[in-house]
Parts: sequence; structure tokens; C-alpha cells
Amino acid sequence: MIVLDRFTIHQPQSVAEASELLARFGPDAAVYAGGTELLIVMKERLAHFPHLIDIKRIPGLKEIAFDPERHELSIGAVATHRDLERSPVVRERFPVLGMLEAAVANIRVRNAGTIGGNLCFAEPHSDPATLLTALDAQITLTSSSGSRQLPMASFITGLMETARRHEEVLVTITVAESASNTGVAYERFKLHERPTAAVAAVISVDEGMITDARVVAGSVGERPQRLLETEAILRGQPAAPESATVAADIVRDEVETGGDVFESEAYTRQLARTVGRKAIAAAIARSTGDQVERHVA
Amino acid sequence: MRASADHPAPILLETTVNRRPVSLEIEPRAILLDVMRDNLGLTGAKRSCDTQVCGACTVLLDGSPVSACCTLAYEAGGREIETIEGLAGRHGLHPIQQAFVDRVAIQCGFCTPGFVLATKALLAENPRPTRSEIEDFLGGNLCRCTGYWNILDAVADAAMRLEATNGQSETS
Repeated sequence: MIVLDRFTIHQPQSVAEASELLARFGPDAAVYAGGTELLIVMKERLAHFPHLIDIKRIPGLKEIAFDPERHELSIGAVATHRDLERSPVVRERFPVLGMLEAAVANIRVRNAGTIGGNLCFAEPHSDPATLLTALDAQITLTSSSGSRQLPMASFITGLMETARRHEEVLVTITVAESASNTGVAYERFKLHERPTAAVAAVISVDEGMITDARVVAGSVGERPQRLLETEAILRGQPAAPESATVAADIVRDEVETGGDVFESEAYTRQLARTVGRKAIAAAIARSTGDQVERHVA
Repeated sequence: MRASADHPAPILLETTVNRRPVSLEIEPRAILLDVMRDNLGLTGAKRSCDTQVCGACTVLLDGSPVSACCTLAYEAGGREIETIEGLAGRHGLHPIQQAFVDRVAIQCGFCTPGFVLATKALLAENPRPTRSEIEDFLGGNLCRCTGYWNILDAVADAAMRLEATNGQSETS
């Protein structure tokens, strides 16, 4: 039996109160949401926080809502993976996000783990972080002195590092709905529950030609990576599967990866190429009207 | 003794375990699995991987499966916990348990409480799951003996048994 070191639980009723607690206790405090990653780190005694700030009682912080005028999805930080997986508006308007969430870890982790906790922990194998970077999601951080918004691409700054200041709380993630000529896809390769390589692609097409592309690789390096060379190659190409095959070679060469203790670098690059080709081909197909198949594994 | 960082104030946990109200004082750091096993004597949930991978410690919190090994006990305050000990009634085993027995979906039995509770949660929200839906939902419960086939059969069987039971209670 592993006994955790002692800590005090705080249950603030507002984001401002949570921020004040974080400021008051400084490095002795951590935000506690689902605990799926934090508690394991604490059990392993890799970190200890004498004060845990449980933000789950803050009203409204679990809400998932779609603003039809702004065509924007707003996800409260403590919405769980399961909440996202089952949300009707996510399933209807952001099916790729819904399917991704339905395959995160296992049912128990999805019941407890929150989207905000996942992003703030910035574990490099996070599925949502990779897709949300490709979708250019915006992160809202709030402290007792105000709010600021920044794009996912500048939120995760490194291996388990984010731009969140200690006294800030991630409160919402907003994602704009893609235009009808834009296809979204996320492909991952995983053994059991841990993704080894993942690529998210968001591709816009006009008159049979690719006009814009955002391609992001996840799991292979320290954080989600925009693949700018791959994106540049795709622009101006025909909206056809062959373009995905051409771009996949660039994905393989462009990803920053050194492999890890489980996978060699060459193997990781090959996986990135394969999931990259699948994601780009699926995004191209969806941009020209193919429906997202809901039961694709 | 005054609460301090070294001795945080205890928390009064008021919860419902297997339909019975339970009230006890716990440390903030108390893990739900330890409270179940050591304070309440409910040893059906097992500690195994301790990292939310294996499912042996599964309990239902408001009907949803959670890993008791990675849940702080205070989180159960005001909520309903269901463990394997709560399933069998005066008339014998729960239909899911009986299906596991009849289909020989058990060998050593260590993982079985987790599988049975996960099955209960699955069938509550999806009474007629397909084989692949069963595999998806139970994918986070590991069994090192059975090879899974009999478990999958037992879940499908349990679905039919529950449907028959519910059909009876609706018509009677």
C-alpha cells in the first residue's frame, strides 16, 4: 500500500479564490482536478504538494457549450474526457474530438480525468493536446488580476511545461467550428493505452486544390509540433489521396524526435509517416464532403 | 491538536456505500480503496497496478466506474459508492454475477469484481451492447487467466438476462 504524504484539500468556490490560494501557498500548492496524472506522480513521490486546490466545485467550470453565432465550442476546464465523449454538441459538430476522447485511456480514466488537467499536465502523449493545437484552440487563463487568452500552440511550451503562471487557472478552451470546405482528422497508433505516434490534420480545399493545411504531430517529441514544411508542401496540391502520400514523407523527415526507451527514432519516424498519411488523406476526403465514420477505431 | 501543514484537519466523509449511509473521519490524503478495504472491510476491490491501468480496484461512483486506487476518498462525499459486495441480494447472485459463473468467466477471480461492476455500468447505459462496444467499455479491465472470451460471452449473456428480468418486472 502506498500512503501519500500529507496534504490539505482546499475547495474554492470561484476562480478568483482558487488563484488567491495558489498565490498564497506558492510552490506548495497545486491545482487538483481529475487527479489521474497528479496522484500518480505524488504516489511515486516525484512531487509533493502540501496544498491541493480542488477546482471541481467552482460553478460553471464543467460546462460544454456551443455558441451558434460565433460558431465556437467552449469547454470548461473540469469537463471530463467522458463528458466530451458523450456531449451531443461535440459528437455532432466536432466528431473527431468526440471520437478521440472516446478512445482516451480507459473508461475509469475518462470518468475522472479532465480536459484542463490533461492540457496543464502537458504530458507529451496527450491526444487532445495534439488535435486542439491543429484546431487552433484558444486557452483562457484566469487569475485574481484578470484573464488572458493564448493559442494552444503557445500554451504548451515543452515537456510537461506550459505558459500558465502559477497563480493562473485554466478556465476554458474554445474551439472554432471548421468551415464546410475544411476537413479534420486525427490518427494515432497505440499499443494498449499509450499513443506512440499521432498526427492531426486540418485541411481546407477550394475547387479541388488544397488552400490551407495545419498538421500537428503528437506523442513523438516533447510537445505537439506544428509541421510547417508538411503544411507548405500540401498547399496548392490537388485534394487527392496522392497528396497525402507525398506529404507523409515530409512528416517522417520533419518531426522532431529522438525516439525513446520504448521506440527507436527510425521506428517513430516511420509510424509518424503512416499515421500522418492516414490523417492527411482523411482530412482531404472530409474537406470534400466525406462524412466522419463514427466507429473507426 | 491544531491543524497544520504537517497535520491537516481530518475530513468528515458522509457517503452511501451499497445503499447504506456511511459516516467516518478520514485524512484528506486517504485513498478510496484503502477506506473501502481497511476501514469498511469491503475487500472485493483489489489493489493491483495502482495506476488506473488494470481495473481490479473498480468501484462505481454514482454508477460510473472509477479506479478506487487513484481516487481520493473525500471525493465520494455526498455520492453513492457501489462495490461488488452490494450486488448479490437476498435471492442470490445478481444476474451479471450468475452469468459470469455460468459462462465460466472466472479463473482466479482477482479481476472479477472489477469486470462485473464495469459490466453493470455498461449495461445500465447500453442494455444491448454489440461485441465491439463490450470490448471498448471493458478494454481497461485486465484479466491474466481467462483469455477474455468467456468474459465477453458472460457480458452478452448478462445483457439478455437483465433484459428478460426487466421485461418481467414491467409486465408483472
